[in-house]
Amino acid sequence: MGQTITEKILARAADRETVTPGQIINARIDMIMCHDVTTPPAISMLQEHGVDAVFDPEKIAVTPDHFQPAKDIASAELHKRLDTWARAKGIRHYYPVGRAGVCHALLPEQGHIRPGEVIVGGDSHTCTYGAFAAFSTGIGSTDLAAAIATGQLWFKVPASMKFILQGRLPRGVYSKDVILEVIRRIGTDGALYRAMEFVGPALREMSMEARMTITNMAIEAGGKSGIIGFDDTTRAYLDEHLKDRTEYTVFESDPDATYHSTLEIDCGALEPMVAFPHLPSHGRPIGDCAGLAMDQAYIGSCTNGRIEDLRIAAAVLKGRRVKIRTIIVPATPTIWRQCVDEGLAGIFDDAGCVVSAPTCGACLGGFMGILAAGERCISTTNRNFVGRMGHPKSEVYLASPATAAASAVEGKLADPRNYLGKSKIKNQNAK
Amino acid sequence: MAKAHVYPRDHVNTDEIIPARYLNTDDRAVLAAHCMEDLDPEFVGKCRPGDVIVAGEDFGCGSSREHAVWAMQGAKVAAVIAPSFARIFYRNSINGGFPLVELPDAPGHINDGDEIEIDFEAGRIHNRTQGTELTFEPLPDFAMAILRDGGLLEHIKKQQEKR
Ligand code: SF4
Repeated sequence: MGQTITEKILARAADRETVTPGQIINARIDMIMCHDVTTPPAISMLQEHGVDAVFDPEKIAVTPDHFQPAKDIASAELHKRLDTWARAKGIRHYYPVGRAGVCHALLPEQGHIRPGEVIVGGDSHTCTYGAFAAFSTGIGSTDLAAAIATGQLWFKVPASMKFILQGRLPRGVYSKDVILEVIRRIGTDGALYRAMEFVGPALREMSMEARMTITNMAIEAGGKSGIIGFDDTTRAYLDEHLKDRTEYTVFESDPDATYHSTLEIDCGALEPMVAFPHLPSHGRPIGDCAGLAMDQAYIGSCTNGRIEDLRIAAAVLKGRRVKIRTIIVPATPTIWRQCVDEGLAGIFDDAGCVVSAPTCGACLGGFMGILAAGERCISTTNRNFVGRMGHPKSEVYLASPATAAASAVEGKLADPRNYLGKSKIKNQNAK
Repeated sequence: MAKAHVYPRDHVNTDEIIPARYLNTDDRAVLAAHCMEDLDPEFVGKCRPGDVIVAGEDFGCGSSREHAVWAMQGAKVAAVIAPSFARIFYRNSINGGFPLVELPDAPGHINDGDEIEIDFEAGRIHNRTQGTELTFEPLPDFAMAILRDGGLLEHIKKQQEKR
């Protein structure tokens, strides 16, 4: 019987010929992502249990990002614990403040993600890395401690759901709109415990950046992981970004693999989407909701803070002024530098936006853009739960960078297609 | 004897269980003081040691923050009863030695303020207030083994000692 890509990767990591959904396995971990919120407690647990060694200092990547640079004394203490440990253990891929960036944008960019590997991270959006044909999932601090010490973790093999992205994306519609539509269709627990495998012609035309936006939000449908098969686009990205360990294993799903279910999305029929409070599944086409007044726009995060996202936002904002507070956060130092070198920072400044250092910051209601009671924010992030970006009575609306930028210009939910002239746009989904 | 605090809504998420504004610390006493704050600001005041939380589907969705489990443990919550749990929250609970009960239509069987007793191994809940017996599928064996040892790290340690 055929196997899915996810089953093949897990079988290899567990030294088995095959695995079946539901089976509990012990898998070898190839890479661990550590950040400033979930890792310091894991370090303390290890110390309390008298476990000093890390299984492999080459296979752990560490960056503070949620509250970096430290926003207050308490977060400074977290950073100090992380820093002391990373240096003492000789963690090779440590990105301290100055090199630090939003974890899920930083790791692929710095060449730490490889196809066929099993990757875990102390963050729910670790599923992002599945865009590289890897099995990747988020874990909590105890799992993190166990993984750091032993290089292994137990997993229940997930059943796979197949999502076929048909057609071509129309102008002004992006991978963010596709994933918001998927979550609208299946709900925030529609993929609970399962692997979400994305295939189809619309996907094949997307850049790696656009694909990461899709796998990033697998967790918002309850998924254990999101995964996309390997192709020339994956290879080209890896050729550019992998610095060491340049060999990797490519797995693909067998034609007769078993799926829990299959869903087709006609991408050609999609409109720009906005997910209303307080669930990512509350998506509506922009045509049904344009005009709702906003107080803030936020463009950044592990979902949409990469250079292509900033280019799209700049195409909308160029030569215009924003009507509401607009905060733009390049996700890594490399992206920040590109943003300056390409003149995007100047466009944002001219438009009246504030451009910050790479950080998670306001995405999780940490700092650098917190909402007051009753305020509404159009945001390119991935989660719009109660209180996510500030006061429990504030509201978050999720959308693409183009929709967020257009809404910033009008001060209300706005259709980005009115701002993207045919010749001017650089569509992130077109090669 | 545990008192049930019932939140019948589906998708009670980790931002409600422990808001991100408190994640700059992992001090359990601090986290406990803000447990469930964005869902029910009264919760900490009314929860007695050993009480349980009852909720709808997909409890604990959202972040991987184990702080959600620590906040409840710190507030001396004994268990959560819900029809289903989000995956990372489920793992974190087992790994932290915090028991969960998967009970279909949990809020339909238990009212806010009901006094209940739970037998985790047998998979039985006695609802003293309503005089009913409810049965549930106990957690799988490997999860019970981790819970009995008091969490994943203790469990791994014991396994290693056995070898
Ligand atoms: S940008 Fe937001 S969603 Fe992404 S890792 Fe940071 S806090 Fe989490």
